[in-house]
Amino acid sequence: MLESESALIELKDVEMEYDNGTKAIRGISLRIDPGEFVFLVGPSGSGKSTIIKLLTGEVEPNAGRVRVNGFSTRNISERQIPLMRRTLGVIFQDFRLIEKKTVYDNLAFVMRAVGASAKESRKRIPYVLELVGLEKKAYSYPDELSGGEQQRVAIARALVNNPATIIADEPTGNLDPERSLELMDLLVKINKLGTTMVVVTHEKDLVDHFGKRVVTIDSGRVVNDSVGGYVGGRIHV
Amino acid sequence: MSKHNFGYFIHEGVSNMFSHGFMSFAAIGITVACLLIMGTFTLVAVNANGLLKDLERENEMLAFVEEDFAEPKNLQSKLAAIPNVASVTFISRQQAMERFVEQYPDEEMFRDLDPNILRDRFSIKVADLERISQTKAAVDAVDGIAYVNASEEIAGGFITLRNVATVVCVALIAILFLVSVFIISNTIRLTTFDRREEIAIMRMVGATNGFIRWPFVYEGFLMGFLGASVAFLMEWGLYEAVAQGVSTSDAMQLIEVIPFKELWGPVAGSFAGAGIFIGVGGSLSAIRKYLQV
Ligand SMILES: Nc1ncnc2c1ncn2[C@@H]1O[C@H](COP(=O)(O)OP(=O)(O)OP(=O)(O)O)[C@@H](O)[C@H]1O
Ligand SMILES: [Mg+2]
Repeated sequence: MLESESALIELKDVEMEYDNGTKAIRGISLRIDPGEFVFLVGPSGSGKSTIIKLLTGEVEPNAGRVRVNGFSTRNISERQIPLMRRTLGVIFQDFRLIEKKTVYDNLAFVMRAVGASAKESRKRIPYVLELVGLEKKAYSYPDELSGGEQQRVAIARALVNNPATIIADEPTGNLDPERSLELMDLLVKINKLGTTMVVVTHEKDLVDHFGKRVVTIDSGRVVNDSVGGYVGGRIHV
Repeated sequence: MSKHNFGYFIHEGVSNMFSHGFMSFAAIGITVACLLIMGTFTLVAVNANGLLKDLERENEMLAFVEEDFAEPKNLQSKLAAIPNVASVTFISRQQAMERFVEQYPDEEMFRDLDPNILRDRFSIKVADLERISQTKAAVDAVDGIAYVNASEEIAGGFITLRNVATVVCVALIAILFLVSVFIISNTIRLTTFDRREEIAIMRMVGATNGFIRWPFVYEGFLMGFLGASVAFLMEWGLYEAVAQGVSTSDAMQLIEVIPFKELWGPVAGSFAGAGIFIGVGGSLSAIRKYLQV
């Protein structure tokens, strides 16, 4: 689908201030190449979620440039924002599933939202559910599933429109350590199939366990960008 | 828009409407009231206008020539030059006499009458009934005209009625229109509130604003259309009842009511148009805030 050259994420000298005057991002430059797996870590209030909102186009930078899979938020038009979002799959700490729809319908819903037919859904959904290990739960409702299972539905939903990049904001925040590890394993597996992965997390143990690239944010700045572990690893910057 | 989506939008729109049955019912009711009042005032105005036209057609002012005026025919061009005069016809005593006889064939009295007791006269038609008083005065002022007969009071009464009806009508329609849009908008706002999570998810995965908006637009469309249909049927019934009442009443027998079958097309069209405008306008105003960034 996308050219590998355009399928990347780049922030250049980005600054961002909320309407109430909070300076959340104070000059961040960051490049994530296609196929990478990146952990975004840092203390509470450091600006991690704001970076994600910049990538999804929910907020705009006050200075600098944000590029996402071939779209630039500098000159993006109202009409292009939906197209940019189709290149992203987003996962939240609180799952955000539609309670009155089955697992299958939750996925069909987002496929239809971007124009897929019922026939395409019937082909794609079983494949994605199998990938996250929920093929037997297609007709369950979210409140009939455990937290870990619900988050895997959310991953399936993020995957189902075949995005270039998956962005997860503390996906394991509501899960116990064992489920968290399983979930992270799943994200690594999906990354190996070619999807770029950006994961915000607080969990030092998990980050250390996987030995991936770790970008540490503090007070709206990148204070460390290294492979291996939480701050302690090899320092690039 | 694909066929597949069309079915989906309609289905969502209908189920939205039923999810707030009472509010939808109220919204449709207000729309019906708005259209009924609008339609009733308009139909009254249309009928009053029709009567006014009849009046205009029949309303000739008669200008009687002075007894001893030598060449009455010479007045014709002077009268025709007066503003607002549409036509001037000379009627001699002899002709006037013949008309009386024709009009009242049973009255022996006229038959033997000497035409010389009548005056020569001009039948004058005016272009604009509203200015009949000025025209009458101008005709009166012409040398050789003895006096003028004009039924200005009747015309004046109708014109005032029509003007008042128009003002009241326009004001009421404007207010009710806004109220209807507001109520429909609030009803749909309830569904958008119920569905705010779904809307957020659709936006997150990259659904276009149009896709998100359509079900709500259909919901509004449907309410407006249902309101228009109910209002049309009620208006029809009401009109027939009033027409029946007028034609059987002694006092109003002379008023000729335009039959509904001559009016139903424009009534149906404008009800549907206004209803759909109210519904779709309301839904667009309700969904606006969910579609910003
Ligand atoms: N909608 C908002 N309006 C105003 N200020 C905000 C808003 N959202 C976040 N902030 C502020 O911006 C700063 C960065 O917040 P952000 O949510 O990006 O932090 P975070 O790193 O995700 O924190 P956490 O780990 O607790 O989720 C904080 O000071 C926060 O209070
Ligand atoms: Mg956060």
